[in-house]
Amino acid sequence: MVNIGFNIGDLHFKTPVLTASGTFGYGSEFDDFFDVSILGGIILKGITLEPREGNPYPRMVETPSGMLNSVGLQNKGLEYFEKDIYPQVSAYNTNVLLNINGSTVDDYIALAYRINKLEKIPAVELNISCPNVKMGGMAFGTNTETARTVIKKVRAVYKKKLIVKLSPNVTDIVDFACIAQEEGADAVSLINTILGMAIDTKSMKPFLSTITGGLSGPAVKPAALRMVWQVAKAVSIPVIGIGGIMNTSDALEFFLAGASAVQIGTASFIDPKASVRIIEGLEQYLGEKGFSNIKEIVGYINKPNI
Amino acid sequence: MVKRIENLVVVENKSLTKDYFILVLSCANKDISDIKPGQFVQVKVDKSHSTFLRRPFSVHDVDFSKNTISLLIKIVGNGTLALSGLKKNDTLNVIYPLGNSFSIPQPGKRILLAGGGCGIAPLLFLGKKLRSHGFIPDLLLGFKDVEQGLEIDEYNKIGRVYLATEDGSVGQKGYLTDHSILKSEKYDYVYSCGPEPMLKNIARYCKDRKIFCEVSLENLMACGIGACLCCVVDTVKGNLCTCTEGPVFNINDLKW
Repeated sequence: MVNIGFNIGDLHFKTPVLTASGTFGYGSEFDDFFDVSILGGIILKGITLEPREGNPYPRMVETPSGMLNSVGLQNKGLEYFEKDIYPQVSAYNTNVLLNINGSTVDDYIALAYRINKLEKIPAVELNISCPNVKMGGMAFGTNTETARTVIKKVRAVYKKKLIVKLSPNVTDIVDFACIAQEEGADAVSLINTILGMAIDTKSMKPFLSTITGGLSGPAVKPAALRMVWQVAKAVSIPVIGIGGIMNTSDALEFFLAGASAVQIGTASFIDPKASVRIIEGLEQYLGEKGFSNIKEIVGYINKPNI
Repeated sequence: MVKRIENLVVVENKSLTKDYFILVLSCANKDISDIKPGQFVQVKVDKSHSTFLRRPFSVHDVDFSKNTISLLIKIVGNGTLALSGLKKNDTLNVIYPLGNSFSIPQPGKRILLAGGGCGIAPLLFLGKKLRSHGFIPDLLLGFKDVEQGLEIDEYNKIGRVYLATEDGSVGQKGYLTDHSILKSEKYDYVYSCGPEPMLKNIARYCKDRKIFCEVSLENLMACGIGACLCCVVDTVKGNLCTCTEGPVFNINDLKW
């Protein structure tokens, strides 16, 4: 029997495959396809203190081996979540995590403080890397001083596991990972989408209403993998790899580069069962290679004997 | 209604015009009795390098005796071009059935089905369903030219068909929304699908006359199951997903 569980501190995840925020709704969208409790965890659609309508349509365009989106954190706010969504997601027999977003540091603090009280949410992913909001979002995650401030202040009020989701739109993502570790984050997840754009030559206008959006899908995978590898060498807290993982082989690359877990994002749009197929694929691969624990391959390429 | 992912077998790929074709897909022994008019499917396109996301198509027809579903597809890009090359016995990975459906009217009401171009697709299945409920709807179909006058025979079996073409090659000349039956006839229910400017004109026509009207919208989609929030339409209830809260909307809910 192969052990593919992983831990963030004392928080156990039964598999190292989670679903990325904004790509898996609130889980129930996938109930028809498989039992989502099989997953190590689900990270719910990004939440803000107040309801947000998001950006105007069009907010998505397909690009070579990927897509750009500028959804802009459409959600019904914390109060609605507590009342209408929390009771439903609490029924899942897996870790349900919230991805938290703010326009100001105070927003993040207020969210973290209230979510800390939700018994069934064992961890949050602090999103300081959303590229699609005018205020906050990526602005916090692309400046080392503001990143430090928001992580520090959230850490002070949030007592459970804190994961910081990092932006790739920086000169050196390692600096931000180190700041997260220094300020007491329990893990880092990377990468959020890469800022990009596309223009419709027929209409001679940008495809997205916001002009720019976040690039995801296989197109970003090599860049994401490189950043995960760099960060995993620099920090001792767990690294969760995200970026264009479509299948088992893609996921394995992230583990071999140093990720302790992965998140499946855009792949779920094309194959709603991508995450569960990857769990099965990981078990099979490890069994065939003669490993008993997935930990044995985490950061394998950095081991001195190869 | 349970959504499922299945490999369906192509029974027939029927070329209609240079731009349009119909794919008939076998659902083998699967129960498809729960598919409703207005719903759509998400098709994975395998033989196109530049096609990453699935492609949504409304259900054109369901043959419950043969257990097949048909998709009427217009070639607009690389994805649909690749699909046009499918052969009998090829398999196609499909997520279905998705979205909401057209509502069934009160008994005895007069109904118009108005479809423009590829927007006629969902109206065949809807028309058949309405016939099974005892309605005999009128159909108003609009095309660019006679070349695109698609599969009218099938629609003739549902009710009286009125045609409009932009070049006047068949039916009345002009847009469907300029057709004289909209002035001469009086309808209680209008169901419509087609290009957005056409739908907006239909909506205005119905609003002015207080006619119940539902339109099927086509927005750019990624997931098709309400997870990504990309395909939103701006409604009086806020941004709603075309894929799960649509594709069929009552015009009173739209900000048109």
